[in-house]
Amino acid sequence: MTYLSLIVLIPMAAVVESSVSEGLGQFWDSATQPQAIAALKLTLIASLIVTAINAVAGTIIAWVLVRDDFPGKRIVNSLIDLPFALPTVVAGLTLIALYGDDSPFGINAAFTVFGVGLALLFVTLPFVIRAVQPVLLELDREMEEAAASLGARSTTIFRRIVLPNLAPAILAGVALAFARAIGEFGSLVLISGNVPFETEVASVFIFGQIESGTETGAAAVSVVLLAIALIVLFVIGLVARRVTRHAR
Amino acid sequence: MLAKYGLRVFALGYLGLLLFIPVAMMFYRVFQEGIGNAWASITSPEGVHAFWLTIEVVAIAVPLNTIFGVVCAVVLVRQRFWGRGLINSVIDLPFAISPVVIGLSLVLVYGIHGWFGGALNDAGIQIIFSTPGIVLATIFVSLPFVVREVVPVLQEIGDEQEQAARTLGASAWQTFWRVTLPAIRWGVVYGVVLATARALGEFGAVSVVAGRISGKTETLPLFVQKEFETFDVAGAYAAAVLLALIALATLFAMSRLNRRQEEN
Repeated sequence: MTYLSLIVLIPMAAVVESSVSEGLGQFWDSATQPQAIAALKLTLIASLIVTAINAVAGTIIAWVLVRDDFPGKRIVNSLIDLPFALPTVVAGLTLIALYGDDSPFGINAAFTVFGVGLALLFVTLPFVIRAVQPVLLELDREMEEAAASLGARSTTIFRRIVLPNLAPAILAGVALAFARAIGEFGSLVLISGNVPFETEVASVFIFGQIESGTETGAAAVSVVLLAIALIVLFVIGLVARRVTRHAR
Repeated sequence: MLAKYGLRVFALGYLGLLLFIPVAMMFYRVFQEGIGNAWASITSPEGVHAFWLTIEVVAIAVPLNTIFGVVCAVVLVRQRFWGRGLINSVIDLPFAISPVVIGLSLVLVYGIHGWFGGALNDAGIQIIFSTPGIVLATIFVSLPFVVREVVPVLQEIGDEQEQAARTLGASAWQTFWRVTLPAIRWGVVYGVVLATARALGEFGAVSVVAGRISGKTETLPLFVQKEFETFDVAGAYAAAVLLALIALATLFAMSRLNRRQEEN
C-alpha cells in the first residue's frame, strides 16, 4: 500500500494539485492556449480515427487468424504482439525506416499528420486482435451453420450472428487502444517532427512545457488529457453494456 | 471462396505494410549503413554506458515489482477489505496514463521544487535527473504486469489446497512457499517477462525524469533518440536493432510459456 502510494497515488495527486496551484483562471488559460487546443484536437481526432480503423482491421485480422488457415500462420500470430514488446522509440524508427525521407516506396510520411496516424496504428495494433481472438475461438459454429442452412447469406450471418457476439470484445479492445493512442509519446517523437499547430500531439506538447519549465501548464493539459480519456472510456463502457444486454 | 482470399490478403497486407516490412526494413538499414559503423556506435562509451544503465534499472525495478505484484495479487484475491475495488483500479492506472504525464507526476513530487524533493535534496538525495528517478519511472510503468498475470491464476486455482495445508499445521509462510507459489509460478514468470520488456524499452516517462545527460542518465531508448537527432542514423538503427532483438526474444519466451501453460 505504501509502495503504491509513493509510486502511483501521491504523484498523481501532485499533477492535479499542481494544475490548479495558481488558481482556476490560470488552469483555464493554460489548458485553452491555442497551441494546447491544437495539440489536444489533433490527439483526439487522430486517436478516434485510429481506433475506428483498429476496430475494423483488428476484427478482420482476428477472423483470418482463427478461421483461415495458411502456411506461416503460427509465426504471424506470435508476431502480432511485437508492437507491445518493441520499445516505442524503436517503433517510431521502424516506421521511419520504411516511410521516412528515403523510403523505398517513395512515400514520405515523416513530419506529417499521416505519420502520426501510422505510428498510432502501429502501437495499438494488438489490442482489438487479442481481445477478439479468444471469443472467436470459443464461438459456437453451429449457429452460423443453422443460419446458412436456413438460407442466410454470409453477410447476413456476419451482421446478425457473428458481430453481436464479438461486439463486447471489439469494444473492450477499442477502449484499450484508444487509451493507449491518446497518451502515446515515444513512437511519435521521431516521426511526427513535433511541429506546433500541425503534428504536435498533446503528450509532446506536455513534454515541451516540462522542458521549458512551465510545469503548471503541463499539469493543466495533463488533467484535460486524463479527463478526455476517462470520458471516452466511460462512453465506450456504456455502449459495451448496451450491446451486451442487446446480445442477450 | 473469393471472400476468404480477399480477407486473407487484406489481413496479411495490412500486417505486412504496418508491421512486418517496417521491422524488416530497419534490420536492412543497419546493414546498409554498414555493420562497422553500427558496431562503433553501440560500443562507444555512451552506448556502452546506456546499455549498462538500462540493465541496472531493469535489475532494480523488475524484482521490486515482482515482489509487490505477487503480494498484491494474493491480498486482492484472498482477502476482503474496504477499498479493494479502489486498489484494483489504481493498479491499472499506469496503463491508462500517458508516459509523459507519469514523468511529470514524478517530477512534481520528487523534483527539487516538488513535494518531497526539497527535503530529499537537503538530505543529499537527488532523485530527478539521476538514476533513482529513472528507476521510479520504470517501476511506475511496469507496475501492473505481474499483478495482472497472477490474479487470474490465483482465482482459478482456488484456496482449497491452501486451506488443507493450514489445517495440517503449516504456517502462513510455509503455505505460501510450498503451495501457493508453485501453483502460480508460470503466471509470475509471464508477468516478469512482460514487465522486463516494458522496463527495457520505456521512453516517455524516463525521458522526462532523466534529463538525458549523455553517459550519465541516458538509457538505451534515449540513446536511440539522441543518435537519430544528432544525425548518427547508423548508431540509432544499431541500438534500435539491439532493442528489437530483445523484444523478439521476449516474444519467443512468451510463446514458449504459453505452450507450457497449455500443456499443464
